[in-house]
Amino acid sequence: MTASPRILEVRRNVLKHNDVIARELRERFRQAGVFVVSLVSSPGSGKTTFLEKTLSLLRPRYRVAALVGDLATENDAARLARSGAPVRQIVTGTVCHLEAEMIRGALGDWDLAQLDYLFIENVGNLVCPASYDLGEDGRAVLLSVTEGEDKPLKYPPIFHGADWALVTKFDLAEAAEFDFEAARRNLTAVCPGAAVLTVSAKTGKGMEEWVRVLAQRGRFAEG
Amino acid sequence: MHELSIAVSIVDLAQEEAAARHVRILAVHLKLGPLSGVVREALEGSFEIAAAGTPLESARLVILETPIVVLCPQCQAERTAPSMQALRCPDCGTPALKVLQGAELQVTGLEVEA
Repeated sequence: MTASPRILEVRRNVLKHNDVIARELRERFRQAGVFVVSLVSSPGSGKTTFLEKTLSLLRPRYRVAALVGDLATENDAARLARSGAPVRQIVTGTVCHLEAEMIRGALGDWDLAQLDYLFIENVGNLVCPASYDLGEDGRAVLLSVTEGEDKPLKYPPIFHGADWALVTKFDLAEAAEFDFEAARRNLTAVCPGAAVLTVSAKTGKGMEEWVRVLAQRGRFAEG
Repeated sequence: MHELSIAVSIVDLAQEEAAARHVRILAVHLKLGPLSGVVREALEGSFEIAAAGTPLESARLVILETPIVVLCPQCQAERTAPSMQALRCPDCGTPALKVLQGAELQVTGLEVEA
């Protein structure tokens, strides 16, 4: 006769390793006085163009830099460097998302006190990045008008984690027959707290508003 | 598809506990919230792959799915949201800004040989 198994209670978060590093990073960012924003979206939603424009608009007034994650190429870093801001590339290889350890590795001994804003562009993927805290102060999720209004309902965890939902390529909204009110409803359903903005990096419409939102949330805005 | 790396973490974590307590693991109990961003079916398949060739090879992964609990600002009470696609109070419909539970990815227990 075999004894029945017993249950040992254990309480361990599976992603604790990532969470510990993310907490360290958050503290490092706070001490350096840099405000860190990560960008997530599906591939092709216009993250890099949007970030390039954001960097260019912020640069006259603030010290800005970017870390950019990509599976295989360094093309995005080369594009972003055109803004004149310091950019570091993280080539993730087969990994479909950024983890806190990769951010720590890419930062190395970078003196972050020399920066006002640091942007982290995640790998284009609406699924996996949702699970990983990168130590950022805020997360922006991008949804382009060509992707359809129901994307937030299809990928709730990533939209749920957003502080800002940015509807990109808004200059194409009419051509794509994009129903903004429906998109806003869907965004609000999965993330009631997110601020919803419409932007076009191409025409620049909405970008000033985004920059204003960032300026309100930066470190110097707090003190 | 990050479930495989998460499954590897679960196997590592369980092995660590097993070694520390000198026990053989029959099953790993996991709390999984829908907002964790982890897909149950993908994780179950990945667990088998991750456990292969380890002392957990024949262990089961027992998943307890947790509900999404929100704080309704209107009712001033904890409520279970209807779904991830509807983070609102089921009673009054007020959008819930505060999610109290539903993003868990936690090993809660190990079933071991007596």
